[in-house]
Amino acid sequence: MEIAILGTGCPKCRQTAEVVRQAVELAGVSATIRKVEDIQEIMKYRVMKTPAVAVGGQVKIAGKVPTVEEVVALLSQGSPS
Amino acid sequence: MSDCCERRPVGGGEPGGNCCEGAGAADTPVPSATVDSRETARYLGAGLLALGMWWLVYRSLPAFSRWFTYSLAGLAPGDRMTSAVEFFVYDGPKVILLLTLVVFAVGVVRSFFTPERARRILAGRRESAGNVLASLLGIVTPFCSCSAVPLFIGFVTSGVPLGVTFSFLVSAPMINEVALVLLYGLFGWKIAAIYAGTGLAIAMASGWVIGRMGMEKHVEEWVYATPAGEGEDAGPGVPSWRDRVHFGLDAVRDIVGKVWPYVLAGIAAGAWIHGYVPENFLAGIMGAGAWWSVPLAVGIGIPMYSNAAGIIPVVQALLGKGAALGTVLAFMMSVIGLSLPEMIILRKVLKVRLIATFAGVVGAGILVVGYLFNALL
Repeated sequence: MEIAILGTGCPKCRQTAEVVRQAVELAGVSATIRKVEDIQEIMKYRVMKTPAVAVGGQVKIAGKVPTVEEVVALLSQGSPS
Repeated sequence: MSDCCERRPVGGGEPGGNCCEGAGAADTPVPSATVDSRETARYLGAGLLALGMWWLVYRSLPAFSRWFTYSLAGLAPGDRMTSAVEFFVYDGPKVILLLTLVVFAVGVVRSFFTPERARRILAGRRESAGNVLASLLGIVTPFCSCSAVPLFIGFVTSGVPLGVTFSFLVSAPMINEVALVLLYGLFGWKIAAIYAGTGLAIAMASGWVIGRMGMEKHVEEWVYATPAGEGEDAGPGVPSWRDRVHFGLDAVRDIVGKVWPYVLAGIAAGAWIHGYVPENFLAGIMGAGAWWSVPLAVGIGIPMYSNAAGIIPVVQALLGKGAALGTVLAFMMSVIGLSLPEMIILRKVLKVRLIATFAGVVGAGILVVGYLFNALL
């Protein structure tokens, strides 16, 4: 599973990356976390609010720093593995 | 610029403590259909209770500040120190209370609006009407300066005219609830209304002017090549009232939690000026008579970046010492509405010429407002 953090490098985006990292650890799933900072690439996800989190290419959270619980819930529902 | 860039992540658990979690949570299992209405009723009850308490506290502030000043601190009436202390003890809690209520209400209102929704409303609008709508939407749509670029691209690629997009980008940071509450609390509703009204007018007019100038070729080419995104509304569908209340509480914790030191510092400065500094101290250099003070204020204000709460102490000091209202309004607008960091962010999508035009047109609008109020008042 690939998780992409979309954001141009503002403090909120870094916080989001940190939250996602903790959530992945907590959920015990294997996932690669990738930070997408290039605006042209971010726009390919068609988001209008950053920071955003995309799991497997699907934007799941946009415009806020999620809580660890939110991301954990997202990870467990997204992949049955 | 909004303050959201520095927001802290929300720690786990329920936001805002437990003021809305009524103690009598259902012990017995309830059929799920009634859970929603019971919960709504619970929230409504707690909300009304909180509002009632808010009102009582607010109403008793003048009496409290008199009691504090004369009885508790034992200060003599008519003294400079006395008037400064009374001012602070009254205005400090008053502004914080107002700020809490308004930020909460605005937070709840904003849960009805998203940038995606604003885009749907604005796409394909003609100019003029579009500029007016965009300026109004800019006030109620949650917006963070770090999202300025994706928002800009999302707007222009789905058919929102360039000028209309700019109206949104001008009004979103300039007219914000913190600025309005502080102006209302410290200077009265007239000044707050003047600020909101002229801010809106500037957003509408400058967007319209930029639209007329046909600046589309000064947007970076790749922007228009970006596939027009219908963009899924991320997250789980329509928020419930519970979500909206929590949205409001989050906003209170984020915004009020961060700005209160600035607010108190501003009021302390105001209290000190109230008691000590002779009036008309600045009237000579920043009064209505000095024609060059408005352009100077705007010139200093545009590159500066501060949030509304940070600038209010300065505004308080300037006005208190006899600077003219128009000059001070112009300064405040140019600090909050335009900033160097925002322009650097926008450079990713706009060519220098368009950024300069943007700053120039908005700056000119602010100048007009400054002169207008110096002439009228």
